[in-house]
Amino acid sequence: MAEAHPVGFQWVMEAKKRGAKIIHVDPRFTRTSAHADKFVPIRVGTDIAFLGGIVNYVLQNGLEFRDYVVAYTNAASIVSDEYVDAEELDGLFSGFDPETRTYETGSWQYERQEAEGSAREDHDVQRETASAMQHETHGISVDGEVLRDETLQHPRCVYQILKRHYARYTPEMVAETCGVDPEDFLEVCRAWTENSGRERTTALVYSVGWTQHSVGVQYIRTGAILQLLLGNMGRPGGGILALRGHASIQGSTDIPTLFNLLPGYLPMPNAEQHTSLQEWVDAVRKPGSKGFWSKAGAYGINLLKAYWGDKATPENDFCFDYLPKITGDHGTYRTVLDMIDGKVKGYFLLGQNPAVGSAHGRAQRLGMANLDWLVVRDLFEIESATFWKNAPEIETGEIVPEECRTEVFLMPAASHVEKEGTFTQTQRMLQWREKAVEAPGDCRSELWFFYHLGRMVRDRLKDSTLERDRPILDLNWDYPTHGEHAEPSAEDVLKEINGYEVATGRPLSTFMEMKDDGSTLGGCWIYTGVFKDGVNQAARRKPGSEQDWVAGEWGWAWPANRRILYNRASADPSGKPWSDRKAYVWWDPDKGENGEWTGYDVPDFEKTKPPTYRPPHGADGVAGLAGDDPFIMQGDGKGALYVPQGLIDGPLPTHYEPVESPFRNPVYGQQGNPTRKEYQREDNRLNPSPREGHSDVFPFVFTTSRLTEHHTAGGMSRYLEYLSELQPEMFVEVSPALAAERGLEHSGWATIVTARSAIEARVLVTDRLRPLRVEGRTVHQVWMPYHWGPGGLVSGDSTNDLFGISLDPNVLIQESKVGTCDVRPGRRPTGKALLELVQGYRDRSGVVEGQYAGVVTTGPGADGIHEGDPTGEGPSGMSRRNGHSGDRAEGQDEPGSDDAAPEGS
Amino acid sequence: MGRSFLGWPVLRQLSGRDPLGRGPAVRSARTDSISPRIATADRVAKSVCPYCAVGCGQKVFVKDERVIQIEGDPDSPVSRGRLCPKGSASKNLVTSSMRQTKVRYRRPYATEWEDLDLDVAMNMIADRVVKARNDTWQDIDADGRKVRRTLGIASLGGATLDNEENYLIKKLFTAMGAIQIENQARI
Repeated sequence: MAEAHPVGFQWVMEAKKRGAKIIHVDPRFTRTSAHADKFVPIRVGTDIAFLGGIVNYVLQNGLEFRDYVVAYTNAASIVSDEYVDAEELDGLFSGFDPETRTYETGSWQYERQEAEGSAREDHDVQRETASAMQHETHGISVDGEVLRDETLQHPRCVYQILKRHYARYTPEMVAETCGVDPEDFLEVCRAWTENSGRERTTALVYSVGWTQHSVGVQYIRTGAILQLLLGNMGRPGGGILALRGHASIQGSTDIPTLFNLLPGYLPMPNAEQHTSLQEWVDAVRKPGSKGFWSKAGAYGINLLKAYWGDKATPENDFCFDYLPKITGDHGTYRTVLDMIDGKVKGYFLLGQNPAVGSAHGRAQRLGMANLDWLVVRDLFEIESATFWKNAPEIETGEIVPEECRTEVFLMPAASHVEKEGTFTQTQRMLQWREKAVEAPGDCRSELWFFYHLGRMVRDRLKDSTLERDRPILDLNWDYPTHGEHAEPSAEDVLKEINGYEVATGRPLSTFMEMKDDGSTLGGCWIYTGVFKDGVNQAARRKPGSEQDWVAGEWGWAWPANRRILYNRASADPSGKPWSDRKAYVWWDPDKGENGEWTGYDVPDFEKTKPPTYRPPHGADGVAGLAGDDPFIMQGDGKGALYVPQGLIDGPLPTHYEPVESPFRNPVYGQQGNPTRKEYQREDNRLNPSPREGHSDVFPFVFTTSRLTEHHTAGGMSRYLEYLSELQPEMFVEVSPALAAERGLEHSGWATIVTARSAIEARVLVTDRLRPLRVEGRTVHQVWMPYHWGPGGLVSGDSTNDLFGISLDPNVLIQESKVGTCDVRPGRRPTGKALLELVQGYRDRSGVVEGQYAGVVTTGPGADGIHEGDPTGEGPSGMSRRNGHSGDRAEGQDEPGSDDAAPEGS
Repeated sequence: MGRSFLGWPVLRQLSGRDPLGRGPAVRSARTDSISPRIATADRVAKSVCPYCAVGCGQKVFVKDERVIQIEGDPDSPVSRGRLCPKGSASKNLVTSSMRQTKVRYRRPYATEWEDLDLDVAMNMIADRVVKARNDTWQDIDADGRKVRRTLGIASLGGATLDNEENYLIKKLFTAMGAIQIENQARI
């Protein structure tokens, strides 16, 4: 945090000054570790084992915040007697189909609750479409009354299931798996639990070190379980804080430039399941469920009205048919592989540099070299614009400029001070930026570019009678422009996002005002209120020094300017603060007519619903939430310790090894995440795991990180004089022990090799990296920043070239925080010799053309070698048009295994 | 105080009201004669740092229609006036001599860039979008399902852009039937 979010870290230092204890768990010793009270080095990719160990410590010692857990979580809910835990199935949960590598989730449901959305085909669809990014805010659907045992004694209540699931995650197991000293681990357990409860709260902060894993969503889930057990959610000083890495990456998720989402986490309609407006709306609101998603019809119709204006009417289902339909995985990695296969014609890059910043840089560049045209909009001449003249593949002959047909337009962009608009920062707060100066030369904003591109495309199609062109021609695209360059007004667009009454133009104040009859429109329901009272609330700048500590009058946070989500949980079930010290939002019986919720923040609850409210039998929607159900977007109003729906890889987080690991999974026979997304093709080979043999060819673990002085792929830092001077060179940090073992010299060169590529870096030998003892042997870990490429004022090899593509099944984010590698002294070879070096490693490590190791490593369906799955669609994929080989060479399990039999089974 | 020894800082520090030497005692005539460059700014724009997602407040100082300085905004309850090395270098981001200010065009099979008029480039891009969309249009997919889309046009980026920009990008691409629209949030 001190490295990548330094100014945010001032609040950690502030807390420390007031007596907070800071714990830093990280493979690397960083500027954060230097300020922490306790630094705990950990083996990369073992966080679920570590956190699961803390869950076990809490449950074995009865340290949970019992009142909170019983009232506000699903700990008391009773699960179906068909559920079988991963503890009994060697790392798989009940319902697993080894053929599709997905789960049939009927057995995961609560007792007496009809299993919904549980068909196996459904999970295929969900993995393909990264559905967890919708579930992120959608919560679970719970129909009817769930059986509960508030004594938490029932053997099938969530609490007892949780307890059994983590019983083997003992301090010894944590030490053995994570390479952590058991005393250090127990110190973390004590600190966390002692600092949680009525009087105290603990915050958990994470970043892409958690998301960029093949089991990343479950990392965060484990954190959520702990924070719920300890009563740290919805309370001041608590929470799980995602520190996001780009100025408006939160905004670009809320108003998504993402394939599977529409604004406000509405799903992009799917050709199979959402063939009509009603089906689409019902898929979101889940009729019968409780909570605020019950109004999904209004949210969806307001979006359609914002898109197609007067053309969207109740008679034509508000132009729902105009929405294109997805049919599977259309994520960025799949798209890049499709580029290599010649299926994509044109590509826009908008302030993003995948030639350096995305996993598997070679695939990225080969994809770009196989397009008809590429439009790059950026401040600088980044590597993604110049791959045709300075990609590493030019040297190896894989890209020949004279043979590369891609037409490239480099369109200079306006900077953040040359346009006005809002960024949404990492805590969901929108902040308006004023424009300072005009952009120079041909530099233009994205607002300008897309408005005019749309105008020109519409103009070209204006005489078309084709049905396919109606969505463009009927689009509500009348944005008035101003100034010399005919720039649209960002404030006009923000008003449309906020929403307004169609007849009067009056801006809506809250999404509760959205109607499903077409009389209101709004482009992103969760942002409704940002233009409350016709005032740009995001532009509010009341100085922090003139406000209380919540500072609610600086900018505007969605939803409804709430600064802490689910803050009803900061009061006890009766509505009183859990303690004076941690008072935040509470019920004031004397306020208003019959009492109101009040406090420092905007209550994240119906303002006048008393704590004693109990829904009438059969009530659903908002009325179905009781006065003490704080988690108002969940189908049962409860925080989910156990997740019966919505996750592809299981209802409880379970330790799986990273896809590339030098170790066997010490806990289960199932080695890695069995449901992960894989693209098994020759240009995406992975290093072998111990199970497949020859993993010793890539004996070391590597991870990646940012430096304070650079920003992601370097597009905003390597072209700046000061920053380039502060961090001039690509390096690999190694321990003295590894340096001695491999003959690496400080400030000399090293070459790092994987099955994809080899890169070179300066060697930084420090004792900040320590070899760890794992499963009785020493493991060396190294790390590299990933900021460099061939362009800019300072250049170097790209760390992302080392990674292959394996994705988390829930959100399709790649595993790029952990891989295995070899490290050798000296510079890498160039030209063909580089390819030969990598091929030599592949040959020695048993990476054989056309043969791929199985993902399922336990149970009756354990895979042997097979021929690959280039599209990652699997045998029952939603679309088979790209072909697929489901054939498996049976009886070839564990080829060339040089390791012992599976443990832990 | 003239040039007599009475003006020595150490004497002023010991005898005056600034014993710690952090205020008037250490001011020189030279200090008094200069002013910070922001003092002569024509205006100040309230802005936000463009790097990570913490959202630190920035004050952008403008003189003669040029950015002369970018500083942290002390009013911000997020950042209290602080900026990290990147945020502090953001004036350099805006004014860097390496900034691309002209459209550049690489013809198929070319080995060098050439210049292109902005308006011409926009028209060429619009032509290519229309053509790629036409050439790859699907009313139904291979399994006969209604999809109304193109898989021939993809986009990556948005995390560094404004909400209003992302909104228009998604709106336009969705209307055109382009669905492979992605950004850093997937990465």
